[in-house]
Order: sequence, then C-alpha cells, then structure tokens
Amino acid sequence: MNAVSQELDRRFRDAAASAHLLDVAYDFVDSPIGSLFVAATDRGLCRVVYDAEPEQERERLARVFGVRILRSAKPIDPARRELDEYFDGKRHEFDLPLDVGPLADFYRRVLGELARVPYGEVVTYGQLAARVSRPRAARAVGTVMNRNPVPIVLPCHRVIGASGKLVGYGGGLERKEALLRLEGALL
Amino acid sequence: MNLPPFEHFYEEHREEIYAFLVRRLGLQRAEDAFQETFLKALRAYPNLGHGDHLRAWAYTIAGRVAIDEHRRPRADADLPELASLDGRPAFAQLEHLADELPPTERAAVVLRYGYDLDYAEIGVALGSNATAARQAASAGIRRLRRKESR
Repeated sequence: MNAVSQELDRRFRDAAASAHLLDVAYDFVDSPIGSLFVAATDRGLCRVVYDAEPEQERERLARVFGVRILRSAKPIDPARRELDEYFDGKRHEFDLPLDVGPLADFYRRVLGELARVPYGEVVTYGQLAARVSRPRAARAVGTVMNRNPVPIVLPCHRVIGASGKLVGYGGGLERKEALLRLEGALL
Repeated sequence: MNLPPFEHFYEEHREEIYAFLVRRLGLQRAEDAFQETFLKALRAYPNLGHGDHLRAWAYTIAGRVAIDEHRRPRADADLPELASLDGRPAFAQLEHLADELPPTERAAVVLRYGYDLDYAEIGVALGSNATAARQAASAGIRRLRRKESR
C-alpha cells in the first residue's frame, strides 16, 4: 500500500503556506511548561493555547479567521524561535506582530496596557484597571486575562492579586508560578 | 453539513486521493499531482459554502489533475503500477474497459463501481444530480456489456 510520505506531506504544507493560501497556520511548540498550540495568520500571531484540543481550536479559529486552516511548521518558526529564547532566559521581550482578531474596545485597551508590563515585574488586577481609567474594574480585567488569546507573549502571568496571591491563570497556577520564577519575579 | 477547517478535509482524504493518483499516474508523477490537487482544493475551498460531498469533490479535482498530467509528455515517467496490486482487481478491469466510454459515463461508472461513491455524490462530482448520475452509470454499463458480447 502506498501512503503519503512525511516528506510529501511536509512539502504540501510548506507550499500552501508559501503561496499565502492559508487563513491560519498552526503548529505545536515544545516548552518546559508543556506543548503549546501556536497559530498565526499572514499578519501575525493569533493564538497560544495550553493543553489544546486541536480539533476544537481549529473550529474556533475557522469562525474568526476562515476555514483555510492547516498545520504548517514554517509560518510558526518565528514564534517558535522567540518562545525558545524566552524559555532559555535569553529573551525578555517578544518582537512578534499580533493579529488576534476583532476585540471589544475594553479588551483591546487592557491587552495594550498588559503588553507594557515589563519582564520580571508584576502588577495587580486593580493597577491594570486603573491604567485603562477603570479603577473599579479589577474583576473585568481578570476576565480579559483569562481570555488572553496569546498568553506568554502578552504576559497575563504578570498580573496578580492585591494581596500578592497569584489568584488564577488560564493555563493553571503552576504555569503562572513557573513563568514568574523564570523571570525572577518570584524567589 | 458545515464546511470543516481545511486540515480536517486534508487529513480525511489525502490517503485515498494519493492512492488514486498513484494508480492513475504511477508513483513518481503522483507526488506532483498530489500537491497540485490539494493546492487547487485549498484555493477553491472557501467558496464551497457547505461540507457536503467533499469526497466526490476531491476526486473530481484529482481526476482533472491526473488527466492534465497524462497529457503532459515526460521522458522520465515511470510506468503506472499494476492496478491489481492495490487490492482492487475488479476495478483494474473496469478502468481498462471504461477507458473507451464517453467521459460522463466513464466518470459515473468509475466513481460508482471503482470508488463506491453513491449517486448523489457522483451527481455533485459531475455537476449534475443523482438521477443523471444513475442514468450515466447504467448507460455506461449497458455499453460495456454490448462491447463484451461482441
């Protein structure tokens, strides 16, 4: 029985991406905190997902970006490289363009402020809320963090409770702790 | 049925489409034809609007690509493999016989008896409907019988 070889399969996936025929390309990126589902459009990084169910993620992406979704390593290589460097402690800021899809204004502003929280530092949900002129919206900020489309790259792990507790994290508290430890924000 | 993400379509059909192209073109030419088939499918995919009859649609594209490949002369082309090796001896005979049928009847006979598509799917593949597909297939079979009995 003749089967599609890995080489032929890879060639097709590369060709599809090079011809700019994909709405979204995705691949898995290995990291010390587990395998990451990473997706990108031609315009930029659109998703980073922990513990992803690929089928479910593809369906969700299709609704936002279109049905031409294919696993393809090459378009994800820039993100893979920067994530590798980050986890090696060699990179403190990401230079990846983002394309997270349509967002409500409040989400956009909160994520914009989140992007400015520096490596190795933490802010509280309330402080981040104050930075978007909604000082009483700490809880709503928590919701935005929970739905962050690109965790790690947009550093929602740097947002903690007023008491100093880590509070919560979409990928689980152990991961939040691991990231803050990596950045030297926790001793 | 909603149109599934392309990855799903590709994973579901790549093996049988590749096997089909190998039967039609031989191993070497099947690789290029495989890539061309799925790139064509990817270009057209968002315009489908729904996810019905995707298998017949994939075969239609692959069939056209195979015909184009056949027309293109190649000095280095390897001989197509014996179709009986792929576990479908009945189909090997059928394809050979069906070669002499008019194109629509040939497609209907091959898709029905070679690839086991139902008439609704074949209708889509032929750009007509299930009734027309059934008529084309039975007309093809009658013609083959006449030829056999001569």
